[in-house]
Amino acid sequence: MFKKYLVYPHLFWMLVFVLVPILLVLVYSFETTGLNGEAIFTLENYQKLVDANYLNIFIRSVYLAVISSIICLALGYPISVILANREKRTGKSGLVWIFILPMWMNMLLRTYSWLTILEKNGILNNLLELLNLPQVNILYTSGAVVLGMVYNFLPFMILPIYSVLIKIDNSIIEAAEDLGANSFTVFSKVTLPLSIPGVVSGVTMVFLPAVTTFIISKLLGGGHYMLIGNLIENQFLVADNWNFGSAISILMMVLILLSMAITNVFEKDTSTEKKGGKK
Amino acid sequence: MKKFICVILTVVILTGFMTACQPDTRTQLNIYNVGDYINEDVIDIFEEENPDIKINYETYYANEEMYVKVANKSSDYDVVFPSDYMIQKMEAEGLLNKLNFENIPNYEKISPEFKGLDYDKNQEYSVPYMWGTMGILYNKKLVKEDVKSWKILWDEKYAKNVFMLDTERDTLGITLKMLGYSLNSGNEEELNAAKDALIKQKPIVLAYCGDEVKDKMINEEAALSVVWSGDAYYCMSQNENLAYAIPEEGTNLWFDAMVIPTTSKHQAEAERFINFMCRPDIAKMNVEYIEYSTPIGEVKEQLDDSVKNDKMRYPDITKVDNMEIFTYDKELTKRYSEIWQDIKISN
Amino acid sequence: MSKKSKGAVKSFIESTYLFIIFLFLYLPVVVLMVYSFNASKSRGSWGGFSLKWYGELFSDSALLSAFYYTVIIAIISSLVACVIGTAASFGINAFRKKSVRAMINTVTNIPVVSPDIVTGVALMILFVAVKIPRGFTTMLLSHITFNIPYVILSVMPKIGQLDKNIYEAALDLGAKPFFAFRKVIIPQILPGIINGLLLSFTMSIDDFIISFFTTGNGVSNLSIYVYSMAKRGLNPKINALSTIMFIVVICLLFIVNKRTSKDKSKNVLFS
Repeated sequence: MFKKYLVYPHLFWMLVFVLVPILLVLVYSFETTGLNGEAIFTLENYQKLVDANYLNIFIRSVYLAVISSIICLALGYPISVILANREKRTGKSGLVWIFILPMWMNMLLRTYSWLTILEKNGILNNLLELLNLPQVNILYTSGAVVLGMVYNFLPFMILPIYSVLIKIDNSIIEAAEDLGANSFTVFSKVTLPLSIPGVVSGVTMVFLPAVTTFIISKLLGGGHYMLIGNLIENQFLVADNWNFGSAISILMMVLILLSMAITNVFEKDTSTEKKGGKK
Repeated sequence: MKKFICVILTVVILTGFMTACQPDTRTQLNIYNVGDYINEDVIDIFEEENPDIKINYETYYANEEMYVKVANKSSDYDVVFPSDYMIQKMEAEGLLNKLNFENIPNYEKISPEFKGLDYDKNQEYSVPYMWGTMGILYNKKLVKEDVKSWKILWDEKYAKNVFMLDTERDTLGITLKMLGYSLNSGNEEELNAAKDALIKQKPIVLAYCGDEVKDKMINEEAALSVVWSGDAYYCMSQNENLAYAIPEEGTNLWFDAMVIPTTSKHQAEAERFINFMCRPDIAKMNVEYIEYSTPIGEVKEQLDDSVKNDKMRYPDITKVDNMEIFTYDKELTKRYSEIWQDIKISN
Repeated sequence: MSKKSKGAVKSFIESTYLFIIFLFLYLPVVVLMVYSFNASKSRGSWGGFSLKWYGELFSDSALLSAFYYTVIIAIISSLVACVIGTAASFGINAFRKKSVRAMINTVTNIPVVSPDIVTGVALMILFVAVKIPRGFTTMLLSHITFNIPYVILSVMPKIGQLDKNIYEAALDLGAKPFFAFRKVIIPQILPGIINGLLLSFTMSIDDFIISFFTTGNGVSNLSIYVYSMAKRGLNPKINALSTIMFIVVICLLFIVNKRTSKDKSKNVLFS
C-alpha cells in the first residue's frame, strides 16, 4: 500500500509543470533587456529589492496575512469542532458543505458584493440607520482588506481542521473521560494535539493566498497601499518589467519555502510527541 | 453517488462533443476585444452577410493583458482593439501587420481629424474605433461650485470624497496637466513635482478605483471622481445629479483602434471585418450601445442633437490644443511605475 | 443546573455561533442574488424587480460556452488531481527519511506558494516554448497542476491518522491486499479525498489569472468572462448565471445527501 512509486506521477507532473516553469522565472529574474532587445545577465533586479520601500510592502503584506490567518483560526476552529461533534453524535453529515458552498460563486463577484454592503450608502449603513445606530465607514481601510481575506479564505481553515477532527476516534475521548478528565482537559490534552496537522494545513492554506492576493486589496483597500501581490501584478502587466517581477516572486517563494521548512520540522516534532502520548 | 457523478459527467461531455463536432468549413476569425465593448448583434449580422466566416469572439480586461497574449502568440488573433499608446508599443515591437486599405474602403468615412495621429502617423496600422477624453465626474448636490480645474481634486473641502483612478499613467497624467506640464513628460523635475502633489493628495482620496468607480458615483459614494468620457455619460444616464467636466488645463485624448496583429492568418478576412465595423449603420449600433464617441462623422451626425452637440462629448479636437494623446516610451513606463510605487508606499 | 439543561445551553450557543458565521459567509451571496433581479444595469440603483437578465443569459453564446468550459475543466481537473494526489500521499508516506519527505512536501507546495500571476505567466512561457497550441488542453493541464497540492494537503493528514493495525488485521484474516485496501483503508481516508475533490473543484471554478494566461483560441471560462466585463461595468447577467449555478449545486447536494443518508453504510461519502 505504501509504495514509493505511487509518488512518481505526482513528482513527474510537478517537474514538468512547476519546476521547469519556475526555472524559467528564475532565469528571467537574472536578466535584463539590452538596447537591441537581447537578454543580458544581471543582478540588478535583486539589488533593487534591498530598497527600504520594498521592505515596507513586504512587511505590510505579511502583517495583514498573519492577522487574517489568526482570525480565520479563531473563527474556524470552533466551527470545525462543533461540526465534527455534531456529526459524530447524530451521524448526520453534510453540514460542513454549507461553509464551502459560497466559494462556488465567482470570487470577484463576491468581493464586489462586499462593496455594496460596506459602502457609505450601502446595505449595512442603511440597516444601521434604520436601527438608529451610528454609521460605520470601514471600506477602504486595512480592516476591510482583512475582512475580505477572512471572508474568502475561512473555508480553507475549516475544511482541513474538520477533516482531521472527524477522524479522531471517540473511544480515545471516552477513555479520557472515564479516567476523570473534564471537558477542558479532554480538549487540551486529546483533541487539540491530535488536530495540529489540520491546523498547520489550514494556516498554510489561508496564509499563502492571503499574502499574494491583489484583488482583495485593490477592491476593498481602496488602493491606498500596495501589497506584494499588487507589486508583482504591476511589474508583469503594467510596468512591463518581467525581470523585476520574477525577482520579487523568487524572493517571496524562497522566504515562504523557508518558513514552511520550519513548520515542517515543527509538525514532525508534534507527530512524534503524539505517538508517544498514545502509548 | 458514484453513478450520479458518472451520469452528470457523461451528459456534460457528450453535449460538449456534440456542439464541438458540428462540421464547420468556415474560416474562423479570432476577434479579441475589451469586454462589453461591442453591440453583440453586430457579430451575428456579420456572420449572416459573410457566410464563409465564423467569428470567434474573445474579451480581455486591459490593454496590457491583451499585449502579453499577443506578444507570446497565445492565439491566432486576427483583430484586436488596443489604445493609442499600446498601438505604438506593439508597432515598435513589430507585432502589427500593415493594413491593405484597398480592402477597407469605409476608412474614407473616418473624419480627417482622426487620421494620421501620433500613434500611427503614416496611417499604416490602425483604424480608429472609439475615442474620448478624460475628465471629472461630479455630484451637483455635493459640489456647488463650477468644476474648472483639476485642482478641485486637491481641495481639502472634499477630503475623503474623491475617487482617483488606480492606473499610474492616467493619474500621473492629469497631475502633470494640473501643474501645467505635458502628460507625456519625461522631465525628472516635473515628474517629482507630480509625485509630491499626489502624495500630498493622499488623505483627500477616498479610494484609488478601477471600473467600480461608475457604480460608486451612481450610488453617490463620493463628490468627485476622475473618469473617461463614455463612463461619465453612462453614469449621468443613471443618476441625474451627476455632471461631467473637462478641466481647462487640458486632458488626455484617447483612441481605441482596430489593428491586425502578426498572429493573424486571415489578413483579408480580418480587413473585411474592420471594413464592416466602419460601415455607418454598424458603427451607429456600436456607438449607441457603448456610449463613447465615434470617429465617423456621418454616424455622429445621425446621433441625437443632445449628444452630438455636447462639447464635452464631441469636443472639436482641431480647435482645442491642450488635449494630448499618451505616447509610449519603455524607459518612461518603468519610471512612472517607480513613482507610482513611491506614492503608494508613503503614508 | 442539571446536565441536560447544560447541554441544551451549550447546543444553543453552538447553533447561534454557527448561524452568525453562516450569515457572514452568505450575506454577499444573497446580495449578489438579489441584484440579479434588478431591472437596472447598475449596482448603484434599484430599478425594480425583473427577470430580463435571466432571459438575456440564454441568448449569450459566449457566456454559455464559458460556463461549459468552466464546469468541464473543473470536473476533469479535480478528478485527475484527486487520483494523482491521493496516490502521491501514499507514496510520500512510504519514504522513511524525514529529509526526503520534507523535500517532496516543499515541491508540492510551490504551486500553492507562488502568486497566481507568476504561475500563470510561467506556464504560458512553458507552453509557448514547447509549442502546444493554447486552448482547452493547456488550461486543463494548468488546473490539474494547481489542484494536486490541494488534494495532497487534504489527504495527507488522514493518512497520518490511519490505523495500520486494522489493515494488517484484515490481511491476517486472509483478505487480499487490494480488497483490504478497498474495504479498510479507503473508507478511513475517504473524507479527506472528498474534501480534496471539493476543494480542487472549487479552486478550479474560481480561478481567473492562471486560466487567463494558459488558454487561447476561443476557450475561456466564467472568471475570464466576468473580469473582462468588469472593465465596462458588471452586467447583471453574470449575477443571474451565478444564481442559477448556485441553486443547481445546492439542489444537487441536497438530493445526493438525501439518497446517501438513507443508506447509512454509504454515509461516509458525505462526511
